[in-house]
Amino acid sequence: MAEREIMYRDALREALDEEMAANQEVFIIGEGIAERGGSYKVTEGLLAKYGPGRVRDTPIAEAGMIGVGVGAAIAGARPVVEILYVDFAMLGMDMIVNQAAKFRLMTGGDGRVPFVMRTQGGTGGGVAAQHSQSLEALFYHIPGLRVVMPSTPADAKGLLKYALRQQDPVMFLEHKHLYMTKGPVPDGEHVIEFGVGDIKRAGTDVTVIAWSNMLPRTLKAAEELEAQGISVEVIDPRTLVPLDREMILKSVLKTRRVVIVQEANRRGGVASDIASIIQEEAFYDLDAPVEIVAGLDIPVPFNLALEAASVPQQEDVVAAVRRSLHLNAISKAAE
Amino acid sequence: MTFSRNEGETENLSVLGREMSARASKKNAYSQEFLEKIFRTAFKIRTFETEGIKLYRQGLIRGYFHPYLGQEGIATGVCAALKEGDYIASTHRGHGHCIAWGADVNKMVAELLQKDTGYCRGYGGSMHIADISVGNLGANGIVGAGTPLGVGAALAAQVRGSDAVTVTFTTDGASNNGTFLESLNLAAIWNLNFILVIENNQYAVSTRIEESTRETDLYKRGTAIGVESHQVDGNDPLAVYEMTLKAAETCRAGKGPVLIEAKTFRHMGHHVNDPGKYMPEDKLAYYMARDPVDRARASLREMADVDDATIAAIEAEIAEEFEKAVEFSKQSGEVTAEEFRAFAATY
Repeated sequence: MAEREIMYRDALREALDEEMAANQEVFIIGEGIAERGGSYKVTEGLLAKYGPGRVRDTPIAEAGMIGVGVGAAIAGARPVVEILYVDFAMLGMDMIVNQAAKFRLMTGGDGRVPFVMRTQGGTGGGVAAQHSQSLEALFYHIPGLRVVMPSTPADAKGLLKYALRQQDPVMFLEHKHLYMTKGPVPDGEHVIEFGVGDIKRAGTDVTVIAWSNMLPRTLKAAEELEAQGISVEVIDPRTLVPLDREMILKSVLKTRRVVIVQEANRRGGVASDIASIIQEEAFYDLDAPVEIVAGLDIPVPFNLALEAASVPQQEDVVAAVRRSLHLNAISKAAE
Repeated sequence: MTFSRNEGETENLSVLGREMSARASKKNAYSQEFLEKIFRTAFKIRTFETEGIKLYRQGLIRGYFHPYLGQEGIATGVCAALKEGDYIASTHRGHGHCIAWGADVNKMVAELLQKDTGYCRGYGGSMHIADISVGNLGANGIVGAGTPLGVGAALAAQVRGSDAVTVTFTTDGASNNGTFLESLNLAAIWNLNFILVIENNQYAVSTRIEESTRETDLYKRGTAIGVESHQVDGNDPLAVYEMTLKAAETCRAGKGPVLIEAKTFRHMGHHVNDPGKYMPEDKLAYYMARDPVDRARASLREMADVDDATIAAIEAEIAEEFEKAVEFSKQSGEVTAEEFRAFAATY
């Protein structure tokens, strides 16, 4: 199929535009998303096309706007609530955790909440501790939420379109460093179901699982390792809930070595849970301990060098892959 | 703690509230059919709560049970003024709203008895009964949460171009929560068809309203952000009906939202196991003398000249309906652990 090179933010806009055109129930609310087009220009042009009824600026009131989105979804609409930073979503946690996530069970399975919260996280350029977090583990922990973390323009588009067609509350977590990145996006209808991972690079020696902005970093590490004669398979789960366990386990059975990379701090993270799934399902097929490369257990500092030191870098991924192959120890012994 | 403001408490209302009280007391203003409907609703709620408490004491109902006793006039009056296609969102004290909205008592009792035939198949319980198929967004275990959810339904209606009105029942306790302001303000800037009904029963669990806020006339909070706001005697179902009817008209004319503070008082503590010893006796007596169910009965008797025998027959019919619901529930099964695990797998 034909494809184009477009930016992540343009891919997201295409998804919103196409779904808004197809379904009158889809509407967007958020801070500065209408005339301004959003801080990352994702919603640019949508106000002119769909009007002020379906593209609305809100006051700075995250708990209120998330709650209003959840209520609209319960009433059967398809609201997209854009929260500027995932850090700000903490103001609306009651609405996410106690309302959106629980409504289906509390109604005996009948009540659905097709609510999409689009937001972005991660470190990037010294925006400091309250604008840099990777908080996916908080949402991952709560039964009832879908957690989506696209790393490429194509995935961003396909997953957002799917989010606007399925029935559960979705935490759609973008990354501030990815909006300007480019990649191929298929022409025409492009929808990606949740729970289907993607092998971003095939390999045979070590499986590396990474998502969001850790994916491009991991791919660069894989290139570096290839030059050293190490073949890395890179898997992007794309959605953390539901998680494509099958793809992960299949790859692990092939390579017998796993590294999991997350930008979020290590303690209580998604990587730890994926590691526990792997050891439970494939312990006897592993040739090395599961390696986790994660952020430090400390708030993200402002200073750029320290910010970089607080989250995994390319060399950290390379080192972890080599550790899982016992190469670091061997080269040390050789010295 | 002495109670100093009881004299005239439900008479000393905002201007429109007094007007509504006057309108509601006019003979010949309502049909017999309407007055009977009002009484039936109020009495059905009363029966559900009093009989439900008995089931609770017998150990048949577990968990939390927050009785609506004493506040029946509000749900009764509000819901009578709404139309098919409208929405309601309720509170932790939500049985009355469900019943006034026309819920099936069989399914309500079955839910409280944890049965598969209940509204939520026993997954929700007293604080989570919802029926989105008829616009009931549900009770809520988080105080104040119904306000943003209700505004959301009103927003969905506006996006669809529907003239549906959404009512959120909330409480004096919830009015100090941040989402109270955030969501009412959103409703205001978007002119939503939204009515926020504050059931001011004057206690947040056991904390008196005077301890929670300096301005105890809660309707003034709406005025402060440009929302048309009124106060009504919550123990007068007909006054509440009139006020809601007017508020709904205002909304459907594109001039919403509207805030209504309904003054009322609980007949007992916060939940079944709270004796409510902190509630002053003189104040309780004041409100007991203005019992909303008695007032609905008196309206039917005096305004429509319905005799006592007819009223007694209505009461017997409602009592029987509840007994049948208990039988139905006792004979119903429960969701099995196997079914539950299959449901869990979809998460």
